Amino acid sequence: MAILVQRNGVRRGRTLLELLDDRRVLSFLFMLPAGGLLLIFLTYPLGLGIWLGFTDTKIGRPGIFTGLENYVSLFQDSVFLLSVFNTILYTSVATVLKFGLGLWLALLLNNSMPFKAFIRAIVLLPYIVPTVLSAIAFWWIYDAQFSIISYVLVELGWIDTYIDFLGQPNAARASLIAANVWRGIPFVAICLLAGLQTISPSLYEAAAIDGANAWNRFRHVTVPMLMPILSVVLTFSVLFTFTDFQLIYAITRGGPVNATHLMATLAFQRAIPGGQLGEGAAIATAMIPFLIFATLFSYYGLQRRKWQQGGRDD
Amino acid sequence: MASVDIRGVEKQFGATKVIHGIDISIADEEFVVLVGPSGCGKSTLLRMIAGLEEITNGEIAIGGNVVNNVPPKDRDIAMVFQNYALYPHMTVRENMAFSLKLRKAEKSVIDDRVHKAADILGLKPFLDRYPRQLSGGQRQRVAMGRAIVRDPQVFLFDEPLSNLDAKLRVQMRTEIKALHQRLRTTSVYVTHDQVEAMTMADRIVVMHDGIVEQVGTPLDLYDHPANTFVAGFIGSPAMNFVEGTLKRAGGRSHVQVAGVGNAGTVELPVPDAVGGQDGQKVIYGARPEHLDLAHDGAGVPAKVIVVEPTGADTQVFAEMAGRQISAVFGERHDFKPDQIIRLQPRQASIHLFDAASGRHL
Repeated sequence: MAILVQRNGVRRGRTLLELLDDRRVLSFLFMLPAGGLLLIFLTYPLGLGIWLGFTDTKIGRPGIFTGLENYVSLFQDSVFLLSVFNTILYTSVATVLKFGLGLWLALLLNNSMPFKAFIRAIVLLPYIVPTVLSAIAFWWIYDAQFSIISYVLVELGWIDTYIDFLGQPNAARASLIAANVWRGIPFVAICLLAGLQTISPSLYEAAAIDGANAWNRFRHVTVPMLMPILSVVLTFSVLFTFTDFQLIYAITRGGPVNATHLMATLAFQRAIPGGQLGEGAAIATAMIPFLIFATLFSYYGLQRRKWQQGGRDD
Repeated sequence: MASVDIRGVEKQFGATKVIHGIDISIADEEFVVLVGPSGCGKSTLLRMIAGLEEITNGEIAIGGNVVNNVPPKDRDIAMVFQNYALYPHMTVRENMAFSLKLRKAEKSVIDDRVHKAADILGLKPFLDRYPRQLSGGQRQRVAMGRAIVRDPQVFLFDEPLSNLDAKLRVQMRTEIKALHQRLRTTSVYVTHDQVEAMTMADRIVVMHDGIVEQVGTPLDLYDHPANTFVAGFIGSPAMNFVEGTLKRAGGRSHVQVAGVGNAGTVELPVPDAVGGQDGQKVIYGARPEHLDLAHDGAGVPAKVIVVEPTGADTQVFAEMAGRQISAVFGERHDFKPDQIIRLQPRQASIHLFDAASGRHL
């Protein structure tokens, strides 16, 4: 009898417990904190940015809705168009170089060599140093008067006068791309190295016996086996490079004569120092289609290829 | 097809010597199995034949040509790996055609060879599947198909069946043997499973700690093991070994086995023809299947510990002179634990080994 009463007593509590036993309710509850954080710190600023892009808000003056006015004026703005060109140039050249050199470095690191772990740790250094710190170092390296590169080349007798790395548009672009490549290689190399290490050595042995030389093995074993991770790393690298801000802003601030302005730096320049919040937001928003394109690329790249589907791994 | 000659081959990894001078001659069309426990150097030896490991000392010749400095791709060999090593991004067809494609063979020749191999191995329905979509046995067959299309001088097998389940292993064992009977390609097969070695080989090479213990036909090794290692390794269940002293007195020889614990001394008769001197410390070896059940007070007493009927035969673990031995009977017996039975070793089939060296007397 006592047990029966007690059972009735906890009847209400049990429905709550039953609710918590439901997988859907429980997973929703568990996702709530993370979802809340995303909403507050990602969705809200993004939404606000897009909204500001449709207004003429200035710092200290709430704007009014102006529709596509910002975008229309931007597409007649030669500086904005130059920044789009710069961004695409910067991203494509830097990405190609990062992947070429990163893959080469990964292949080297994948060989057995003395102090392997130590060398791999050193490779990560450029990635560990704060971007602004390395940017300042590059600024110094590229300095018109004190550049160590110019100094060495002059001492070697290869050139007569110091190179004006950051004073000429194309030299400045190349200099920034070099800095970005230097900083981005470790990420690519370490990711690809991880991918390389998942390739079974017996595949290379089988290929060697099948008659493959080093190039055949690279072309028919390494590359296809690396493709899934390559596409993911490529997407991330493109996203990071496309939205790069720190290196540019610390080294050239977009100069000389806007020759190195990327969309991200131009957006900041117009919005914060320039005070044109609405126009800056519109520039930033204009990056979204490019980023969506890159993300879609990743979506299809991430999809398991046909040969990865079905069956067990063993 | 070609012969394979291994002459004085040694292998050293850094300071560790894993193969200590091996000489084996493998005749054309022969199926030779390298067998031994893990770490005996059998896989290393196979990889040296393939060219995947360098030869520290000695030489290996394929078809009479020394190949020490010939890269794997020019040795005209094909290898089947333990984990199959199929290219996961290629279909079965592409996997099998890969080597011919690299050799720039005509497309019609490639198609022809791939179809022929697929036919032999029953892979026709799977030609457009990827390795992941195949079962273990099918993958194993693709790996063999990849070897067959090459029509190489020598097939090398590196424990190809150890990733398969027991039933499939027996089936594939037969298939590989049938394949060899059909193609007659010289084959070197590495395994740690002595049953595989016994059932497949023309000749078996028993390896242990980087040396060859004995080379011979399966039945030769079974009937005339050179030492205790080979005697214990070949045959399942393993041979019983009992240490004792050889006594020769008045034309009758026996091995005196001191009892362990409170068990009494046992005398095991041996044929007079066996070697060894009176008083020599010996190891008496008798296979479980060569112990007969004796009646009327003949044989030696043994106390039953466990009886394991398999249906086909009955395996009995018993204690003789305080030492554990096993016996296999073709008939069914219903012994109880602790029951005393009497065992009679078959005189013609027993082995005597020198206790110090382990050599057969």
